[in-house]
Amino acid sequence: MDDNIKIGVYVCHCGHNIASTVDVEEVAQQARMLGNVGVSRDYVYMCSSKGQNLIKQDIMQLGINRVVVAACSPRLYEQTFQNVLRESGLNPYLLQIANVREQCAWVHEPGLQATEKANRLVHGAIRRVSHHSPVEEQSVPVFPATLIIGGGIAGIQAALEIANSQHVVYLVEREPSIGGHMAQFDKTFPTLDCSACILTPKMNEVSRNPYIRLMTYSEVVDVSGYVGNFAVKVKRKARYIDEDKCVGCGICQEKCPWSTASEFDAGLGLRKAVYTPFPQAIPNIPVIDRERCVYFLKGKCRACEKVCEAQAVNFEQEDMYIDLHVGSIIVATGYDVFDPTPIVQYGYGRLPNVFTSLEFERLCSPSGPTGGQLKLVSGRTPASVAIIHCVGSRDQNYNAYCSRVCCMHSLKYSHLFKEKTGGEVYQLYIDMRCAGKAYEEFYERVQGEHVHFIRGKLASIAASVTDAEEDNLILTCEDTLLGNMINISVDMVVLCVALEPRHDAEQLSHILRLGRSHDGFFLERHPKLDPVATMSEGIFVVGCCQGPKDIPDTVAQASAASARALAMISKGKMEMGAITASVDEGVCSGCKVCNALCPYGAIFFDETSHVSRVNQVLCKGCNVCGAACPSGAISTRNFSAIQILAEIEGVLA
Amino acid sequence: MSFEPKIVAFLCNWCSYAGADLAGVSRTKCSPNVMSIRLMCSGGLEPAFVLKAFKEGADGVLVCGCNLGDCHYIDGNYKTLMRMTLLKKLVKQLGIEDERVRLQWVCASCAEDFVQAVNTITNDVKALGPYRQTKINAEAEASRI
Repeated sequence: MDDNIKIGVYVCHCGHNIASTVDVEEVAQQARMLGNVGVSRDYVYMCSSKGQNLIKQDIMQLGINRVVVAACSPRLYEQTFQNVLRESGLNPYLLQIANVREQCAWVHEPGLQATEKANRLVHGAIRRVSHHSPVEEQSVPVFPATLIIGGGIAGIQAALEIANSQHVVYLVEREPSIGGHMAQFDKTFPTLDCSACILTPKMNEVSRNPYIRLMTYSEVVDVSGYVGNFAVKVKRKARYIDEDKCVGCGICQEKCPWSTASEFDAGLGLRKAVYTPFPQAIPNIPVIDRERCVYFLKGKCRACEKVCEAQAVNFEQEDMYIDLHVGSIIVATGYDVFDPTPIVQYGYGRLPNVFTSLEFERLCSPSGPTGGQLKLVSGRTPASVAIIHCVGSRDQNYNAYCSRVCCMHSLKYSHLFKEKTGGEVYQLYIDMRCAGKAYEEFYERVQGEHVHFIRGKLASIAASVTDAEEDNLILTCEDTLLGNMINISVDMVVLCVALEPRHDAEQLSHILRLGRSHDGFFLERHPKLDPVATMSEGIFVVGCCQGPKDIPDTVAQASAASARALAMISKGKMEMGAITASVDEGVCSGCKVCNALCPYGAIFFDETSHVSRVNQVLCKGCNVCGAACPSGAISTRNFSAIQILAEIEGVLA
Repeated sequence: MSFEPKIVAFLCNWCSYAGADLAGVSRTKCSPNVMSIRLMCSGGLEPAFVLKAFKEGADGVLVCGCNLGDCHYIDGNYKTLMRMTLLKKLVKQLGIEDERVRLQWVCASCAEDFVQAVNTITNDVKALGPYRQTKINAEAEASRI
């Protein structure tokens, strides 16, 4: 072993936390006898400033050049001790932590065995640190433009935050208009302000802001590059309407003879083949739906072209691909609603007057298919409604998670139904979850409106056979508070369906190299301490694509993500993780095994020198490549094979 | 004195190591025979590490990674899964009982899973008895480990 290596070992008592289980003096004593150990001490709190100073003094006065701290988990104080080394003029990576608290003292009974294990862990750290070498941290410049994928409330909020600080934003939305799900809602809980009234001013702001480049009817198809310098390819689907010429008069929509179900009205209303999803659409420029337009299907019609005074209709338009250069990406792709058809006993799609929550929103909305009048399929005003919670949520058969917004919007529905019809409202809930500012108060308010709250899960819905004209539905459910089965007869049923990940979330996760959690939502970097960033540096997730949440939480997260993007822009550069892989080009045989394995596409093959190389900015240091390299040519800094093998020797010595 | 096995556990930094830490934070007791070594990803586990552990006198090896689908490096643990399947065959050929090598997914909040894996492998290896080095010595002489 290299004689110039002089290791300092510092065993922490952590008050009584470690010392009551492990004989810390014995551990320090044992370490002292090992090769290359210059000094070994124990101290009551190593993380205190006194403890830190002990290390600093030894580095300065005794020439200690490697440090082992036997204390709590490296996940807690590794950075603190790295700073101690940095401040003492040592490279921070010449440190190794032996975790003798969480993974020793706290999980074992006091005694010899715990002390022996601590000895082994410290011995492993000592052997390992002898093979540590300085690692340099790197930084990359950040291009001051941001891409936002998705133009719902999350994307709109993030775009405005960034654009208002005078930085360029590309807002890409796949539908013909921005607005997302929020534009479909009637009222918002708990304040009952009209959704369109608070959203449309923001949508207008987006269209007016000179720093926002709005691309609707467009999709991100490819992303390459890395934090600070992403190259993005956006597909602008052909609108068949010239955006520069169209004045948004709407005459084409009026004259188009072909109709189809409106996606915006959740399939309850009709739209034309040339359409804007809703009257307040931004941009107010229609698209021609290739799948529905009879000219595209049969080669005849072109009615819209004839009536367009601005001569904006152009059937020759083709999809365009646009390349963008951005420094960071905010993903705000939102959610899909659960399709309750598979729950056959609820009769959705089979029984008339069983609606999903989104359909009910459209029925309540003044811009909806019924002009805001609550009507049954027969045209009669319903005298009663049952609102079913947790359809597809909190259900092991579909989604185990809670969709978070349904309790609150079902309370809103109760209120709206009472307001519009004065009829009876039954709420079938499992638990009422009304956590949020003024949410519980809203619950109390609705309770005061003579709504029947029944705690129980709906078993089935059947059409009434006795009175066919009265389009009644018979609900069978368990009332768990009374402890018996009950039947309820109602005119209308609203299924509060789950919020699910977008059906194509997996595809986007591949394009952006994002992780996804169990439930399919995009995975944040840390569930509590970093719920905005992702493991892909420079890519942030906001709104329901990260998990179900309501509008206030979505807006807060969107603002947080834009603050992070702006922080990167204002700093102008980005520090990268120092733990990355590198290829020993003298050893690499050029077999390319590692190329395909890298989850981040960070390894490329240099055709001229016939070796693989690692892009240091893209690499995250997982060592998947290193473990696979048949020549042992790849090693990951601070987690190299030599270091791990030494640690194995140490813990087993 | 009864046989106390020496077992090395390789834990990924993001889920398993955090899960093992959580066992400590919640003061769940487990057998003291398992020494953890932190890797960034279970997919970064070189098969040589496992063989090295046996060569240095380990009686068992436990490998832990994130649950499938939860890997912080997107799909590193799928590579672990494939490699461990092969590795179990390899150790068998080297004369090591394959029960001495275990793979267990441990999420960051799954302290119980970790504790159970630690206790199970300890008990099972105790029942198997100490690992007596056989072919691996000769193999190891010839290779870089």
